[in-house]
Amino acid sequence: MMASHSLTAAEEAAGGQQLLEVSMGPQHPSTHGVFRMDVTLDGETVVRLKPVFGYLHRNHEKIAEKCSYLGSIPYTDRLDYICSLTNNWAYALTVEKLAGLAAPERAEYIRVILAELTRLINHSCLAGFLLQDMGAAGTPLMYAFREREKILDLFESLTGARMMCDYMRFGGCRCDLPPGWIEQARSVAAHYPAFLDEFEALLTDNEIVRARTEGVGVLGAQLAVNAGITGPMLRASGVNYDIRKVDKYGVYGRFDFRVPLGERGDTFDRYMIRILEMRESLKILQQALRDIPEGPIMDPKARLRNLRPKPGEAYARIEGPKGELGFYVISDGGSNPYRYRIRPPSLINLTILEDLCLGQTIADAVVILGSVDIVLGEVDR
Amino acid sequence: MNGAGIIKGMIETARNLAGSYHDKERLTTVQYPEETLPPVENARTIPFLVYDGGDAAAGLRCTACTICEKECPPQCIYIVKDMAKKPDYLGKMQLHPKVFDIDIAVCMSCGICVEVCPFDAIKMDQVFELSTDDRFGGLLWGIKQLAKPNEYFQKLHRTEASEIDARREQDRRKTQAAAAAKAAVPAPAANLPPPANKGAAA
Repeated sequence: MMASHSLTAAEEAAGGQQLLEVSMGPQHPSTHGVFRMDVTLDGETVVRLKPVFGYLHRNHEKIAEKCSYLGSIPYTDRLDYICSLTNNWAYALTVEKLAGLAAPERAEYIRVILAELTRLINHSCLAGFLLQDMGAAGTPLMYAFREREKILDLFESLTGARMMCDYMRFGGCRCDLPPGWIEQARSVAAHYPAFLDEFEALLTDNEIVRARTEGVGVLGAQLAVNAGITGPMLRASGVNYDIRKVDKYGVYGRFDFRVPLGERGDTFDRYMIRILEMRESLKILQQALRDIPEGPIMDPKARLRNLRPKPGEAYARIEGPKGELGFYVISDGGSNPYRYRIRPPSLINLTILEDLCLGQTIADAVVILGSVDIVLGEVDR
Repeated sequence: MNGAGIIKGMIETARNLAGSYHDKERLTTVQYPEETLPPVENARTIPFLVYDGGDAAAGLRCTACTICEKECPPQCIYIVKDMAKKPDYLGKMQLHPKVFDIDIAVCMSCGICVEVCPFDAIKMDQVFELSTDDRFGGLLWGIKQLAKPNEYFQKLHRTEASEIDARREQDRRKTQAAAAAKAAVPAPAANLPPPANKGAAA
């Protein structure tokens, strides 16, 4: 792969060269949904890139302000539709903070287990999609989806749905684990490392993958922090910031796991961070599945209907698979939120797309977008 | 940069290809229209209305309280009350729905109606082959399509249905006992039938 040059649009224009504008998307298969990139090219080099989004805008925040607190939970499933359970958790955590509820210990363990399974799904899918964007048509993605199916089976037998789980409630979880679920989850967690080894044998040392990702789309630590980037993308740039460690929300303080960090902040680091995070997630899963206590799964103070928190505001955040997922809710004492706002990691991680792509080729822009890991349901809301 | 990584990857794909012919673990899909996997017990698609006995019109558990209509996030339920009261399983006079429509094109299968229903009247179905060329009439289901017998509920969600049946049986016995005690005030309490948990065995 050709070494990258750092050219600006002004330099190009001064050189009197002809630029080409390409509109990639919104139906382009590599834009991960209905997303458009207005790319200005000099030859094959990107000199300007404008992300255009909003095609999937569903008015989620306004609908939530007209809906009861309970009624918004199924809508949060549809934000980042690959990770519905972590979305549920972030929202439930916010309303619990607002209404002064606390989930019992068993519910907290169930939440951790489900969140880590969700992280496995998200990171496997991301690696698959990234390779799909590089031109490895199907194979890695299908391997990732094969493993994802096993986790979706777990979700289905617990929550009734494979993707739109709608499972967590304010002050706990909707229903208890069915018989045999823990054993099944243990078996999935026990078999997952073999899949990761297989996946890594397929990809990590592959020369083509290396050539397409190393040194591509480098994100410096300073820019990452200034732009508010969170999640694996920030950690790939070497910044040690994981909300599971910082906030220790839920019962994360009890688990022994490490936070993998990248060195260069390029696309390869972003891929590798996710593989390493999956291995750490498996450690958390094993500990949580071992230690999960018996007991109730709902706060006795919690009421399903007619939740009217006292006037006030709350912001709660979790380490979603894509980054810091936060919900900000203001209550005026009524049965629906006065203001409801989401801090979507996908959208905020997308803001530096142009900085990553400048000077790279258009083929690399596709790979860089893949490594940012966006889901348009969350970007557009 | 000598191609060893690519060869390693190719060996992995070859192992997967060969493995898919003899290893069940590696073969996770079924050929859908010819073969379907049985749904798990908790699986949910769209709601249905439970009725007891053989007659859907007489045995509908729904009392048209409209809690589900109010709580439904996408507002896909439409209820008109029938003001003529009918006795429920405890003999109490209750309202009934004259119209109970669910627009299944709008329903997002969240199951909140089931959670909030105090009468165990609405439950989640597991049907999924619902495509139709009639967008409006074909996807707006009324009582006729929504009402399903309790035996159907038992078949889908065995654990939950058995628990509910046991609870209802207990309630019915308690009401009967209370009525009997009221009718025969001087009778000794020992003659009352105990509130046995009979339904659970079923």
